[in-house]
Amino acid sequence: MTDILFDPKRLAQSPSSAPTDAPPKVPADAPADAPADAPADAGLSGAGGDSVIDVQGLTKSFGSKVVVNNLSMRVRRGEIFGFLGPNGSGKTTFIRMLCGLLAADSGSGTCLGWDIRTQAERIKPHVGYMSQRFSLYEDLTVRENLDFTARLYGLPDRAALVGDCLEHNGLARFADNLAGSLSGGWKQRLALAACTLHDPSLLLLDEPTAGVDPGARRDFWDAVHRLAARGVTALISTHYMDEAERCHRLAYIAYGDLLAQDTVEGLIRNSGLVTWSISGPDLHELSEILRGKPGVDQVVAFGNTLHVSGPDEASLVAALSPCGATHQCRRIETNLEEVFIHLMRGARKP
Amino acid sequence: MTIDIGFTFSRFAAVVYKEFIQMRRDRVTFAMMIGIPLMQLILFGYAINSDPRHLPTAVLSADNSPYSRGIVAGMQTSTYFDVTGQLSSRAQAEAALKNGDAQFVLTIPEDFSRKLLRGETPVLLLEADATDPAATSGAVASLREIVSRAIARDLPGPAAELAATDLPVTIRVHAEYNPEAVTQYNIVPGLMGVILSLTLTMITSLAITRERERGTMENLLSTPVKPLEVMLGKITPYILVGYIQIALIILASKFLFDVPLRGSLVPIFVLSLVFIAANLSVGVTLSTVAKNQLQAVQMSVFFFLPSLLLSGFMFPFRGMPAWAQVLGSALPLTHYLRFVRGVLLKGATGMESLTHIWPIAIFFLAVIAIGMLRYRKTLD
Ligand SMILES: Nc1ncnc2c1ncn2[C@@H]1O[C@H](COP(=O)(O)OP(=O)(O)OP(=O)(O)O)[C@@H](O)[C@H]1O
Ligand SMILES: [Mg+2]
Repeated sequence: MTDILFDPKRLAQSPSSAPTDAPPKVPADAPADAPADAPADAGLSGAGGDSVIDVQGLTKSFGSKVVVNNLSMRVRRGEIFGFLGPNGSGKTTFIRMLCGLLAADSGSGTCLGWDIRTQAERIKPHVGYMSQRFSLYEDLTVRENLDFTARLYGLPDRAALVGDCLEHNGLARFADNLAGSLSGGWKQRLALAACTLHDPSLLLLDEPTAGVDPGARRDFWDAVHRLAARGVTALISTHYMDEAERCHRLAYIAYGDLLAQDTVEGLIRNSGLVTWSISGPDLHELSEILRGKPGVDQVVAFGNTLHVSGPDEASLVAALSPCGATHQCRRIETNLEEVFIHLMRGARKP
Repeated sequence: MTIDIGFTFSRFAAVVYKEFIQMRRDRVTFAMMIGIPLMQLILFGYAINSDPRHLPTAVLSADNSPYSRGIVAGMQTSTYFDVTGQLSSRAQAEAALKNGDAQFVLTIPEDFSRKLLRGETPVLLLEADATDPAATSGAVASLREIVSRAIARDLPGPAAELAATDLPVTIRVHAEYNPEAVTQYNIVPGLMGVILSLTLTMITSLAITRERERGTMENLLSTPVKPLEVMLGKITPYILVGYIQIALIILASKFLFDVPLRGSLVPIFVLSLVFIAANLSVGVTLSTVAKNQLQAVQMSVFFFLPSLLLSGFMFPFRGMPAWAQVLGSALPLTHYLRFVRGVLLKGATGMESLTHIWPIAIFFLAVIAIGMLRYRKTLD
């Protein structure tokens, strides 16, 4: 957060790192990762990184279609881990495999120290899973849904617990409404409340803030950060860039392949993208011209400016030089969205 | 650690409680659970209450006397019988019944009037095509009255007095094609099994498929709840529904259809639990196979039809070919029908009924075992 760090090119993901830390999974992983990286994650996890999620080579196909391809990932305790990727890239499928909802075709790994393939029943009580699609009972009231969840987890002092939960999540005024009658955003907030009710040590949240208003989203992220400070780990899939920036680390997956796994800063730096901002007249025509030029990877309009990025500084500058006279050109930081779009385009080619 | 791998009562109770709430709110399904029994009772009850008249009747009379003519005329005016023709041989009589030209053949023996006058109680033979017993029973019941009136009118003084107190004729009824002679009373208690079978199987198969279809299974599977807890938790509320249906049908039998209930209701209520459980287990197991609610309904109908046809409800069991009897013996409804009829109509006790219950219990255990094996703990 404070400073940009000089960590090695990629973390964990490459096959070289897998064999070194495969046998002694739980205790001896601190040295395997860059030591500088642990404090970079805001020094939250005092333990310095016992892996909460540690999977290698996870693969899942539906029919002949490989949906998650040989995916390895490691998430440490207290980490907020963002999970991004285009639609249909396999995020939901991967998360479902982690909490025992889908059986992996191959690969192995642990979640909270238990084997995801054989010990799903031990994992479940400690995981809070929020599915992408609303999966509470629409024909139960908000309170009944929470109460049912509390019963399933065998929580003591249910009435008080549910009451607190309703209060803290702003759901109290809907307590006796049917869940099906809530608006989309409130449904999301109910689902979130339900999956944190049993105080899980790992949150698996599949697009938890889709359709949630900005105020509630901020509340949500504040809450996630508070939980993380207490040592709760969160794997959160999202399509929002501002949310991605609030994560300690990110993974980007496209068409089943894990393309990158790093901090926000690391991702931007390693992408090698250079971005310039251009403002002036006739931006639309200009964008059409620039799009076809060599060295230009993306041209995106932001209000009265264009953001033009490309992987090579020299050829990008060459492409931009003709409009130097008529427009103001300024080099700016590349943002995450440009990095992800760049990654996604790269992934489609092979 | 508070992890328990086995069955936990509180989680089971949570599922039961949730199901009750949902059942209460799901008006359509609730209406179906009460509506189907009522509809079937009314449909079948209507068939039972219908009192068909003008049934084609052929007469094979070897006695041309005022008495026999009086009887035939009396039958015609009763409107139950439509005397369509006179036959002249046994062969013709048999053919008429077999082809369905006649529902009844009345045979009046040669010496009918002579014996009657001598006070020797001659025999009248009424052969009925009883494939549809409900159709013939009303007519058969009326015959005694018709004969008695016809004879009393035509007999001379003292013999008529005699006839008024005691029918001087033996009426012998042969019900053809229906060895079990299913009567209307057989049907209403039988309906109990049929209704339980249909509604319970269908509703449970829907209950679990619905969780998959609505996506709530995803949440359920991510919690620590176990398959057995879910399955039993879903079944339990419907046991109550089953009992409501039983009570409804028994009340209807007694007050709507005047079925004489001989046996005690205690064995009915106690032992029906096994049958209810068997049907619910079929529903649960079907729902582990069905991909959506439509399939679940289709599969329960697929199970229900053979039950209806081969159990002895629609067709007399002993009249079926051997292979059908074998198939029928595997179905719980077959045994349940015998049990219910045994208790309600013949006054059998609970202990005597156990021979009909254990095949149902075996069926239940086998099916629930399949269901447990098939219950998917994952979404794929
Ligand atoms: N049960 C299933 N049967 C067959 N194909 C499936 C199944 N579930 C997912 N898929 C396919 O797997 C691919 C990945 O789906 P998944 O839901 O994991 O994507 P995602 O990354 O979560 O996408 P989104 O951002 O839209 O939520 C998709 O192409 C989808 O069609
Ligand atoms: Mg998804």
